[in-house]
Amino acid sequence: MFWNKDIETLDRKALEGLQFKKLSKALGDAASTPFYKKMFGEKGVSVEKIRSLEHLKDLPFTSKADLRLSYPDGMVCVPRSEIVRLHASSGTTGKSTVIFYTAQDIADWADLLARSMMATGATRDDVLQNMMGYGLFTGGLGLHYGAERLGCMVIPSSSGNSLKQIQLMQDFHTTVIHITPSYALHLADVVAEQGIRPPDIGVKKAYLGAEPYSEETRNKIQDQWGLDAYNSYGLSEMNGPGVAFECEHRTGMHLWEDFYIMEIINPDTGERLPDGEEGELVLTHINREAMPIIRYRTRDLTRILPETCPCGRVHRRIERIKGRTDDMLIVGGVNVFPSQIESVLMRIPEVGNNYQIVLDRKENLDRLHIRVELYSKMFQGDMEGINALKKKLVEELRALITVNPRIELLEPGSLPPSTGKAVRVIDNRKI
Amino acid sequence: MPQQISVFAENKPGKIERISGILGSNGINMRAITISDSGDYGIIKILVDKPADGCNALKAEGIAATLKDIVAIRIDDSPGGLHKASAVLASNGINVEDAYGFTVRQSGNEAVFVFQVKDVRKTEQILQGAGFSVLGDKELYLL
Repeated sequence: MFWNKDIETLDRKALEGLQFKKLSKALGDAASTPFYKKMFGEKGVSVEKIRSLEHLKDLPFTSKADLRLSYPDGMVCVPRSEIVRLHASSGTTGKSTVIFYTAQDIADWADLLARSMMATGATRDDVLQNMMGYGLFTGGLGLHYGAERLGCMVIPSSSGNSLKQIQLMQDFHTTVIHITPSYALHLADVVAEQGIRPPDIGVKKAYLGAEPYSEETRNKIQDQWGLDAYNSYGLSEMNGPGVAFECEHRTGMHLWEDFYIMEIINPDTGERLPDGEEGELVLTHINREAMPIIRYRTRDLTRILPETCPCGRVHRRIERIKGRTDDMLIVGGVNVFPSQIESVLMRIPEVGNNYQIVLDRKENLDRLHIRVELYSKMFQGDMEGINALKKKLVEELRALITVNPRIELLEPGSLPPSTGKAVRVIDNRKI
Repeated sequence: MPQQISVFAENKPGKIERISGILGSNGINMRAITISDSGDYGIIKILVDKPADGCNALKAEGIAATLKDIVAIRIDDSPGGLHKASAVLASNGINVEDAYGFTVRQSGNEAVFVFQVKDVRKTEQILQGAGFSVLGDKELYLL
């Protein structure tokens, strides 16, 4: 089933022609923003010289750090009155990465998700329970609008509160769930604890995203729930979910090439790699009015699957994300950088400079432990002070990373010293 | 004003062994020890004959230790002995935050009650006014 058959099955040459047309506009728009005006000026880039898709590789990359430099709106190319929404994701330090949308951008994004959902066989008769977080995070609202565009009934249940989720699924006959893989596993256990067989709930499809997982985990989720699980890929810098989505064949995610130009590069040298080779995914958004982003380094590792898909879509597929080229952690679907945690610890004088981040998965839910040493000179000698310090650490970290950490206060000298290659992150999770 | 040593310690085996070892090898004699625990960690409070030296010895080994002011009074080592003192504290609205007591070697019926409060000086004055013998630091350490 096709949402927009013309675009989805356009022949390769025509698709590339469309990409180039959109790229030229995006480059012109970008060059009008304070950020790219400066960047292109400094690097001697003139967008008029980009006369084919091939020339894209001559342009500089945009990184997450660049987005921070442009904070709050240095990459926006439309007047403020045209903006209808913003979303934000975690930056590498205190400042978030903010993305802006015009009304047209929101409509286009919804359209892309309606296309993605229809590629999985979903229709207006489906009931989608959206268990991704609503708010600044794009996962919730992004799919919400797409499902409404398709004509589904949406249950905006957001994340957490398992018993309520189960009740909603039963009472309103949910057929599609949008969920993180770890929560899908956890929820199946909670359903079973209620004495219900998960397949009896009647969910037919699961859209899995926001965190890396393995094919084994997909199979397990499919078996436990008796459903088909589809891999979904997105990042807020490129709108959010709906950048790439699996079709009914579930053999890699079609990356919507009329919206994005994809490249795979060697993360060390920045050189472009041929289709089929694994490297870092680089994306150029060519279909956004408010905020074009050129050659964005996603830091996600994958490869382009060169074979054509039996579904007939010309948009090439990418393989499931293999990992990251930076130290970003994904905790319960939320992106967390160790540098964010460090920035909080460093401004609290009662703790020392050494710390350790330990990740565990208990009952299929991620747990974030932060181990810090008490700084001897700041010890006041009573339990009250220690408990207050622990509370302050939890609150300040939660405010920045939105994940609730468990703080382990250690005696001075318990952790390896900060010099040299101290292991800061211990990830005990199996994905 | 007397003081005791307060030590931050993780809730793990071997912690008292380490602390007592350091104090012992530095010639510090312990008079009393209490531990309050809060799951992963706790606070160990130690009354010693030379608090400043003891605290410095622990800090020199990298231990988070500090000195805390305390109130110490003599009470009768007989039924109702502590009650007499606590009645004075209660009637003056003084909250005892952390306390312990011990009897004194070779003394017939004497015990010592040691505790932490917000306002040490005021508490000492109230107890002295009520006829209690408040121990000064030298007196307490050399018991």
